[in-house]
Amino acid sequence: MAFVETAPVLLPLSVWQRLKKRKLALFGMTLIFLTLFGAICAPYLTPYGPNDQMFDGLTLQGAPMAPGAQFALGTDLLGRDLLTRILYGARTSLIIGLVANGVALIIGTFVGVTAGYFGGFWGSVLMRFTDLMMAFPALLLAICLAAIFQPSLWIVALVIATVNWVQTARVLYAETASLSEREFIAAERTLGASNIRILFRHILPHLTPTIIVWGTLGISTTVLLEATLSFLGVGVQPPTPSWGNIIFENQTYFQAAPWLVFFPGVAIVTLALAFNLVGDALRDVLDPTQRGRG
Amino acid sequence: MFAFVVKRLIQSVFILLGVSFITFALLYLLPADPVRQIAGRSATAETVANIRAQLGLDKPFIVQYARYFGNLVQGDLGRSYLQKTEVSTLIASRLPASLLLMLGAIVCELVLGITMGVVAALRRGTVTDNSLMMASFIGVSAPQFVVGLLMLYVFAVQLRWFPIGGYGTFAHMVLPSITLGILGSGWYSRMMRSSMIDVLRQDFIRTARAKGLGRMRVLMRHALPNAVLPIIAMIGIDVGIFMGGIVVVESVFGWPGIGQLAWQAIQRVDIPIIMGVTLVSACAIVIGNLVADIASLFADPRIKVR
Repeated sequence: MAFVETAPVLLPLSVWQRLKKRKLALFGMTLIFLTLFGAICAPYLTPYGPNDQMFDGLTLQGAPMAPGAQFALGTDLLGRDLLTRILYGARTSLIIGLVANGVALIIGTFVGVTAGYFGGFWGSVLMRFTDLMMAFPALLLAICLAAIFQPSLWIVALVIATVNWVQTARVLYAETASLSEREFIAAERTLGASNIRILFRHILPHLTPTIIVWGTLGISTTVLLEATLSFLGVGVQPPTPSWGNIIFENQTYFQAAPWLVFFPGVAIVTLALAFNLVGDALRDVLDPTQRGRG
Repeated sequence: MFAFVVKRLIQSVFILLGVSFITFALLYLLPADPVRQIAGRSATAETVANIRAQLGLDKPFIVQYARYFGNLVQGDLGRSYLQKTEVSTLIASRLPASLLLMLGAIVCELVLGITMGVVAALRRGTVTDNSLMMASFIGVSAPQFVVGLLMLYVFAVQLRWFPIGGYGTFAHMVLPSITLGILGSGWYSRMMRSSMIDVLRQDFIRTARAKGLGRMRVLMRHALPNAVLPIIAMIGIDVGIFMGGIVVVESVFGWPGIGQLAWQAIQRVDIPIIMGVTLVSACAIVIGNLVADIASLFADPRIKVR
């Protein structure tokens, strides 16, 4: 078959070879793996349930218990084990991170690639709409959306996706627009290739590195936005544990029981940091134009 | 250049129109009924209907939007449902506090970000560089409410260096400004580092050293201004990040700005205030982006106007 491979060779193995030489990337991947492990194995890692209100979970005065032998990270103001809630909360963060970011990535790719490849009237309509979304104060928009639909886990994921696709769309638009003017695309078109074939065989493979990088970095943005919405009380609703709503529920107590803010806070920062580290390393490894920055 | 600015201004007007329409539509779809909020729980159906008619909320959506838009063009943002005050008055009274907070955040971003970036670039590849870049990564990965609450605990509750919340003196400003600025300082330190590394590679730096200037002088007079300019030019873009951030930061620190105004209005379904703050924020974001684009043209004349 006389077929010229034009897409960049993107062997997963060679990416891995280069990635594993970077200490920060390895550190990030370890953190992601640990979070994943904690989320999946939560029932085996802790003897308590996430909503169990322990009769010995509060002090005699009814205050939360400090971290100690029985409750490693202490208890919250309802006498529930904080470690258990954080472990189960990891499920919330990961599900939202993957679902919301996946949906945002699909919308962003669709908008960016369509506008960049076809251009014309609808292309500029799509990009003007993207500009419009850029001007929206994202958090206010997310709060309004979350208030309109009764926030469940999936609604929160969709709300986050609705405000988070914009960056991806803009980046992919620029890349697609410049790709479409390259000679090999013109050549392919002269040979009579259909738009679908060009898009899927030539444009998308070239965009894969960018999509992977933005996809990874986007998870971290998503995790942070979920935490913020839940902290404001319009995200994932209690009793479903989420790192943001653990802090929301307990913040009135934080002067007396700072661990109730500290541990879930550390969990959020850790997961967001992990995806940022891996995403940044992926950008260095995958994107040749960025190489040699430092 | 002039044509570019005019074109962008016209585009901005359409963007703001779009924002006003979408926000209005979203708030129209809100399941919570603002009239119930005003009338109270014990109001009769008749009172509710009266208030609804009085506010024009019984009209179809398009009529309501047309009326809002008509007032908006005349600079009238409407009246708050619950506070019985003009929305523009409410926003005007809260805006200075928010702007002050953002100014503090910008100062914090630039001081922290530029210092970290320059030091990392000069110590490139060392432990200092790696720790600074790790710190900047943590900065961009930390949600503002966590940073805010932890800073409150350490510096206000335990050490008592700063007041626990409120507004008024310089001491009140420190913690909220840092909280709002930490995210940006993370980005700025990374950009500053790579910008500085680029500049230090340039020929004119070598020339300056070769003609016998001291290291410090080359750094301060030749390298720094060139490396810092593209970064300063981007401050306008931060407005977008700030507009989200102030909702959280102002609620953590009890800072009386438009973020709190919006957040309280959302909880009470006070639609005119939500509309007003969203529009003012969108306006600020659009202007910020425009200023950033124009500033980058001056900072780097190689960028061409498209």
